[in-house]
Amino acid sequence: MIQPAQTTGPGAAGEGHDWQPQIIAFCCNFCAYAAADLAGSKRMQYPPNVRIVHTPCTGKIEMEHILDAFEKGADGVLVAGCLEGGCHFLEGNLRAKKRIEHVREILDQVGIGANRLRMVNLSAAEAPTFVRRVQEIVQTVRELGPNPIKNIPAQQEQDEL
Amino acid sequence: MIVASPKSIPELKEIIQSHQKVLLVGCGTCVTVCLAGGEREVSIMAYALRMARKLASNPVRIEQITIERQCENEFIKDLTAAVDRNEAVVSFACGAGVQALAERFPNKPVYAGLNTQFLGILEEQAVWTEKCMACGDCLLHKFGGICPVTRCAKRMLNGPCGGSQEDHCEVDPDRPCAWQLIYKRLGAIGQLDRMEDIVPPKDWRNAWHAGARKVVRKEHRT
Repeated sequence: MIQPAQTTGPGAAGEGHDWQPQIIAFCCNFCAYAAADLAGSKRMQYPPNVRIVHTPCTGKIEMEHILDAFEKGADGVLVAGCLEGGCHFLEGNLRAKKRIEHVREILDQVGIGANRLRMVNLSAAEAPTFVRRVQEIVQTVRELGPNPIKNIPAQQEQDEL
Repeated sequence: MIVASPKSIPELKEIIQSHQKVLLVGCGTCVTVCLAGGEREVSIMAYALRMARKLASNPVRIEQITIERQCENEFIKDLTAAVDRNEAVVSFACGAGVQALAERFPNKPVYAGLNTQFLGILEEQAVWTEKCMACGDCLLHKFGGICPVTRCAKRMLNGPCGGSQEDHCEVDPDRPCAWQLIYKRLGAIGQLDRMEDIVPPKDWRNAWHAGARKVVRKEHRT
C-alpha cells in the first residue's frame, strides 16, 4: 500500500551539534508527490531531511501510520494532500485533516508535541510551494529539537509481540 | 447499542503505571460501532501509551487483541493465553465486558479503558444520543415510540412541562422536547387521543434503584 519512493539525500539523523531532523512526508499521489517530482525535475533545492512516503490519497493514511513514525523516532511528520475541494477521491484530504487534528491532540497528550505534525494542501503544479512547506517544517522541527522518544534507550520490553 | 467514550491517555497511563506488561482487549460489538473500543481504537491507544510511558522512562510492553464480544464467555476464553502472558488487562468494552473479564480472570487486574455512557443510537456521523435508560418497565407503546423517561429531562409522563421553547427543552436548548416529538408522532400515526390518557405513576421497582438486576428465562433454562 505504502512504499518509500523518493530519497532526496542522506538526511543524517544523528544528534548533537550537527543534528539534522528526520521528517517523514506522506505525499498524495495526485498532488504533493507529483509536486515533489516536479521540484526534482526543475532542480529545485530543498532540505534533504525528508523521506517521502508515496500514498494513493491522504485519506488513506491511518492515524497509526503517523504514530508509528513518531514511535520509531521521526522528528516530524508532514502530510501533504490536495487543495481542499480538489481531492481525486472527493473528500480524502478532508478526512485526513480531521485525523491529523486528532493525532495532534494525541501527540500533545503523549508529550511529543503537536507541532511536530503538520498537514499542508497543494496542487501537483506547485513545486515551489512544496519546497517552501518542506523548508518550513524542517525549520520548525529544528527549533523543537529531536523527537524526545529518541533520547531514551530502546528497551527489550518495547519489542512488538 | 451501548455507547461509550474513551478515557484520556493521561488517565489510562496512570491506571496502568505500575504494570510493565499490559494486555489491551478491544470488543468487536457495540464499542466498535461507536468508535470507542474497537481494533483501531485499541491500536491507537497502544501507540499512545507506549510512547507516553517511554517518555516517562517507564516503558511498557503492550499486547493487543480484539474479540467479537467481551460480555460472553464463549469469546473471552480465547484470551486465556494472552492474559497469562501479561500482568494486567485493560478492557475496551462497556462496563459489562470489563466485569465479565474480571470474573473470568479472578487473579488478574482488569481495568476499564472506556467510560460507558448509555444505550443509544447513531444520530448522524459520530453523534450518538441516548434513547433508553433500561428502566425495566417499558412504556413506549403509550408514547408513540418516544421515551419520555429517557428523553424528557423531567421524566414527565403526562404531557409537557410547559417550559419548552421553540420545540426544545428548557434544560438543554440543543435537545428537542420529548413531548413535542411525542405529540407530532402520535398525530402522524393517528393516535393523538392517547394524549388524553392519564398515565399512572411509573413502577420503578424494576429499575436499578435496588441494585443490580437479574433476568431469568425459565423456558430457556436447562
